Amino acid sequence: MGIMKFLRPKNELESGGRSSLPEQQAPSEPDITCPNCHKTILISKLRASYGTCTCGHHFRMSARNRLSFMADEGSFTELFTDVKNTDPLEFPGYKGKLEATQRSSKEAEGVICGTAEINKYKCCLFIMEPAFMMGSMGTVVGEKITRLFEYATEHRLPVVGFTVSGGARMQEGLFSLMQMAKTSGAVKRHSDAGLLYVTVLTDPTTGGVTASFAMEGDIILAEPGATVGFAGARVIEQTTRKSLPKGFQTAEFMLEHGFVDAIVARPSQKKVIAAILRMHKEGK
Amino acid sequence: MSITAYDRVKTARDIRRPTAANYIRSMFLDFIELHGDRSYADDRAIMGGIARIGDMPVTVIGIEKGQNTKDRILHSFGAPNPEGYRKALRLMKQAEKFHRPVVCFVDTSGAYCGIGAEERGQGQAIAENLMEMMTLKTPVISLVIGEGGSGGALALSVANKVWMMENAIYSVISPEGCASILWKDADRAAEAADVLKLTAQDSLYNGIIDEVISEENLGTEAFYFALRDKIEMTLRELSAMTMEELLDQRYEHFRKIGRPLV
Ligand SMILES: [Zn+2]
Repeated sequence: MGIMKFLRPKNELESGGRSSLPEQQAPSEPDITCPNCHKTILISKLRASYGTCTCGHHFRMSARNRLSFMADEGSFTELFTDVKNTDPLEFPGYKGKLEATQRSSKEAEGVICGTAEINKYKCCLFIMEPAFMMGSMGTVVGEKITRLFEYATEHRLPVVGFTVSGGARMQEGLFSLMQMAKTSGAVKRHSDAGLLYVTVLTDPTTGGVTASFAMEGDIILAEPGATVGFAGARVIEQTTRKSLPKGFQTAEFMLEHGFVDAIVARPSQKKVIAAILRMHKEGK
Repeated sequence: MSITAYDRVKTARDIRRPTAANYIRSMFLDFIELHGDRSYADDRAIMGGIARIGDMPVTVIGIEKGQNTKDRILHSFGAPNPEGYRKALRLMKQAEKFHRPVVCFVDTSGAYCGIGAEERGQGQAIAENLMEMMTLKTPVISLVIGEGGSGGALALSVANKVWMMENAIYSVISPEGCASILWKDADRAAEAADVLKLTAQDSLYNGIIDEVISEENLGTEAFYFALRDKIEMTLRELSAMTMEELLDQRYEHFRKIGRPLV
């Protein structure tokens, strides 16, 4: 199986968004090769197993796909869709890149936010989008997440957040960096109000997002095998000139070093998160 | 000829420039250095302690690059490890307990990049500082004196007043790193420095910082005297605010950045 065959459906799964299959089905069902066990899996089968292989490999997943199995059907109300990117530095090539990414990912920006119910437990939910410049954090991502925490504080709701990020969005310079402080401030106010925040770290969660709201949850869960870290592995290798230990910067590595509460496979996530929400329910 | 952004980058990194230790020892009285994060180690990339400014006790914390080659190795070239950020947070919490203001001096190319730093949770350490500094119940001033390198600098810069020295830089990524990502050519760092808007003047214009401090007579007695007076006066102004005003002011400083105009 060639690399193209691997990439094509992978892109579709990651950026295609909606959970329905494309209308014009090829005569032979589309499939994908698992990069872990190298077995061929039908895309339809992959969808039924929440984008996981029988070997345990978790494929990256679009925010909308994730939403479709995390939130109770019809419970999601999207918020803050009016927050638009402004290219604050007029950075060379950025406007074009943003527009191209919006077309290919079918998302306006790197995160979707809203209110939802998870097994009937109401919460605020954010899900970052890997197909949108790998979930990099610019002002829109920072603003939407900040607003979500402010909304959750005002309405006394827990927040559940799925992170995926390559880090800060270079093209927005310091405006991007400052989103780390801004989101952290909103998380802190939510926390000081006695409210629950659960994060789920998915592949990859790195850089400025790791060094802000990803690591600020009361309970931090992670998907098996996800890359989780601060500095990029290649950069570390180049600066230290040491070979990295096996499994470096994986969810399992973070668990071993005490920075993650539990690793939860995707098919169990809704049940586990609902149980956590139940134990933190306010009133009665 | 005007000064380019990359000229500022080179000046900010100049090893002859005063480091945090120079600022601390020249402006504060009775400085007593306090070591360690009480959990793992003492990170020499960050120095902190208690001192006086006039009659006022303060907690001072600085990212220290070191004074000479040997010293610079000892201080990891001013690249803090997680235990450095945790030491800083411990001292800030102590300042809160004893109602002392906090003054931070920021000068780093970035948080330390290494296997141990990741094992000990560099990301988590920075995140915790961002969160805790935002609600620290005492006035905080941060001054970027040289390099303000990304998250590693921000971790000591969640303050009521953020100032930069005239030739300091503050950036999400180094101009070399930016150039190699953008154009696959680290040699185009000067162009990258320009587009990143990383100078003190750009940061002020963009509403990221509150003030640019003149470098006239940098490192002289007169320079430190004037800066000390400015710090003292500002701390008195901040101390006169109610706690709610103080914390709202700090929150709003960051809250407004990247908030779209309606
Ligand atoms: Zn597999």
